[in-house]
This record gives sequence, C-alpha cells and structure tokens, in this order.
Amino acid sequence: MRDLLAALHKEALLQWRSRAQLLAVFVFGATSLLLFSFAVGPHAELLRENAAGFLWLGLLLASTLTLAETYQAEMEQRALEGLLLLPASPPALYYGKALSNWFQLTLLGSGLVPLMVVLYDANVPRPLALFAVIALGCAGLSAPGTLYAAMTHQARSRQTLLPLLLFPLVVPVLIASVKATSLLMTGDPMGQLRPWMLLLACFDALHWSLCGLLFGRVVED
Amino acid sequence: MGAARDPGAGRGYGFMMFGFLLLLVGSYIGLFRAPTEAFMGDVYRIMYVHVPTAWNTMLAFTFAFFCALLFLFRGDFKWDSRHEAAVEVGVMLSGLLCMQGSLWAKPTWGVWWDWDPRLTTTAVMFFSFAGILALRRFVDDPVKRATWSAAATIVAYVDVPIVYFSVRWWNSLHQMQSSPETVSAPFLIPLRTNAFGVLFLMTGLIMLRARVAALRLEQELAPPLPPPHAAPSLQPEPAR
Repeated sequence: MRDLLAALHKEALLQWRSRAQLLAVFVFGATSLLLFSFAVGPHAELLRENAAGFLWLGLLLASTLTLAETYQAEMEQRALEGLLLLPASPPALYYGKALSNWFQLTLLGSGLVPLMVVLYDANVPRPLALFAVIALGCAGLSAPGTLYAAMTHQARSRQTLLPLLLFPLVVPVLIASVKATSLLMTGDPMGQLRPWMLLLACFDALHWSLCGLLFGRVVED
Repeated sequence: MGAARDPGAGRGYGFMMFGFLLLLVGSYIGLFRAPTEAFMGDVYRIMYVHVPTAWNTMLAFTFAFFCALLFLFRGDFKWDSRHEAAVEVGVMLSGLLCMQGSLWAKPTWGVWWDWDPRLTTTAVMFFSFAGILALRRFVDDPVKRATWSAAATIVAYVDVPIVYFSVRWWNSLHQMQSSPETVSAPFLIPLRTNAFGVLFLMTGLIMLRARVAALRLEQELAPPLPPPHAAPSLQPEPAR
C-alpha cells in the first residue's frame, strides 16, 4: 500500500508538471467533437441522437494521446529500469500509472460534456450519473491502455501500435458507455441503464486485475 | 525434400494431407449426398466449411492462450514459436470465418454484414489477435516480443468465450451453436468429417509454422558472421 501511495504521489507530481499536455489533449478532444458534427451536417435532431457516440469517440481518440505518453518520463534516461531496481512491487507501479491515467481521462471526459451540450444541444438531466458512467468507461480504457502503453513505448511505430491493440479490446467499453450515456440523455423507460453499467463494472474488474498481474512480466523482461 | 530432412515438418505435412483428404470426403458428402435444407435450399451447404472453421478458430486461439501462459511461466521459446503459429493460423481462420459468414448472410439475411452480437464479437476477436501479430512485427528483441505478445494474447483471449456464448447471452440473428440438438442427423456426418478435416489441416499448419518460427528465432539469436574484409588472417606471432 505504501508503494502504491508513493507511486501515486510520483504520478501526481508528473501530471502537475505536464499539465500543458492535458490541456492539449482536451483541445484535441474538443476539435474531434467539432469535426464529428460536420460529418452529420447541421441536423439538430440527428446531432442530439448521436451525441453520446460522438462524446465517447472523441474521448477514445484523445485517450490514445494520453496513454501513449504514459511512460515518456520513465523513458528519459532509462528511469523505468531505476524504478524497477527499487524495492517497489511492479503492480504498485502499474496501479499508480493506471489510476493516474484514469483520473486524467475522467477529467477529460467530464470537461468534454459541457462542450457536447453546447455543440449538440444534448440534454443532461442526471449529471452525477453521467459522471459515474464516464468514470466507469474511463477505467475500462485506462487499465488495458496502461498495460499496452508499457509494451508499445519501446516498440517501433508506437503511435500506430497502441490504437491497433487497444481499440478492438475496448469495443465492449465503447458500446456499454455509449448505450449508458445515451439512456441517461434520452430517457430510460425500460430500466436498461443498470445492466450496461454492470457490464462496464465487470469489464473493469476483469481488466484491472488481469493487467495488474501481467504488468510485472511485461516490464521485467 | 525438406520433409525428408526434418521429421517435424514431415509430420506437419502428414497432418495437412490427412486433413485435406477428410475435407475432400466431407465436402463431397456435404455438396452431393446430404439432403437440401427445407428453408434455405442449397445455400445452407456453406455450413459444412463455416461451422468447422468457427470451431477450429476457437481451438487455435485457445491453444495460443495456453502457449502464452506456458511461455510466461516456463520461459521456454518452443512455446513462443507455437504461440506465434497458433495466433497466425487463428487470425487466418477467423478472417476466413468472417468471409464465409458474409457469403452465407447475403442470400439468407439480405446483407453482407449485420451488427449482431456474434458477428461483432467475432470481428473484435479477429482485430484483437491481428493487432498481436502487428505487435510481434514491431518488436526486435526476441525476449520482449515473446513476453509482450504472450501478455497481449492472455488479455485478448477474454473475448473468445464471449464469442462462443454471445448467441446464448443476447438476442442474436445468428443461429445457436451447431450440435446434434440443433442439426438434423443427415447433416451431421459431413459436418463432423469436415470439422476433423479442418482440425488436422490446422494442426499441420501450426506445426509447420511453429517450425518456421523456431528456425527464424535460431537464426536471430545466432552470433552475426564477421564481414568478409574483417576476417582474421593467420599471422606468425612476433618474436619476443
């Protein structure tokens, strides 16, 4: 637990020092939301209907930029090797990184919501429930994303490789998040929100535990 | 020729030949002897290659999953070669599966593709494992390549049981899994013959591809030959 807190403290410091990066990723996500509206055209009803899908696609695309930079600081002067030589467990390092990515993505997703409301005239009657969906969805993106970033940051063409590995894997997260967000915005007369959120929670539980177990093998070899 | 020198390759070719023979027999029975299906007519006969391909795709990925686990726990590179072979053959089979499914879907469902749970999860499975093949191509260090692709296979394998059970868990346009309960007796003989045909063909392919992967790894790990101009020449030892 102490290892995890130390890793989290390190990540919080790194995030604070590279806050300009988060702002740049937010601008990228906002630009994506703007561009999606051009694909549909100025049809207010159509834009409102597809707002949830656009929000999550924007967030997914922006997440690759955040995740790809996860190990940038550790790569400089081979700091990752130094970290592995410390008496800290690799799962603590992984969960520190994954929690930090989760926090960044949830912040990014929450920041994109007001923009979605303005651009697509979307209705958000339950903002706290929407925040819960964003947090669950972002947890599903950050757990495998942090593991895959650990593999791809040393490979050639890492910018291509990370989305290539991550996007197919997170299709269930994308489907469940879009459905849950859409139900929150357009109404849920059949009570379908709960099963979709349960699916997200199951995906998160599975990947947070599995990726935490595999991280040690990925960075130690 | 190669098979005569390499007993492993000989066995692989043997499995392939036997599988091909079974496929010929099964396809002959399926195309010319089995009765026509009451609702779909002759179009249903694609089932005799589609269903065996589906079963064996899952078997190939399951084998890849166990090879990945064994490599991570034992660190023996023979499991990495088998893992590479199984993923590659599995990706090829799942690609074929999607193509056969599309050919069957057009005359029966009226579309080449439908966003049905079974089709969507199969597409996700194909792209997840194709990504692992891409990962292997982009990593030069053999140890890292083997470890990372094994870890990625374990994570991607989560989708395989979901593909299998998708027709039971959700309302699907795709029919339930083919079994003696869902398929009439006259259709079962060609179906089973072809299933074993694809199984033997797949086993042979995995054996041969694993052999190629092992030879490539051997070559990769061998020390580089010195350039011809830098070859040491024999010189007498200078007198002290």
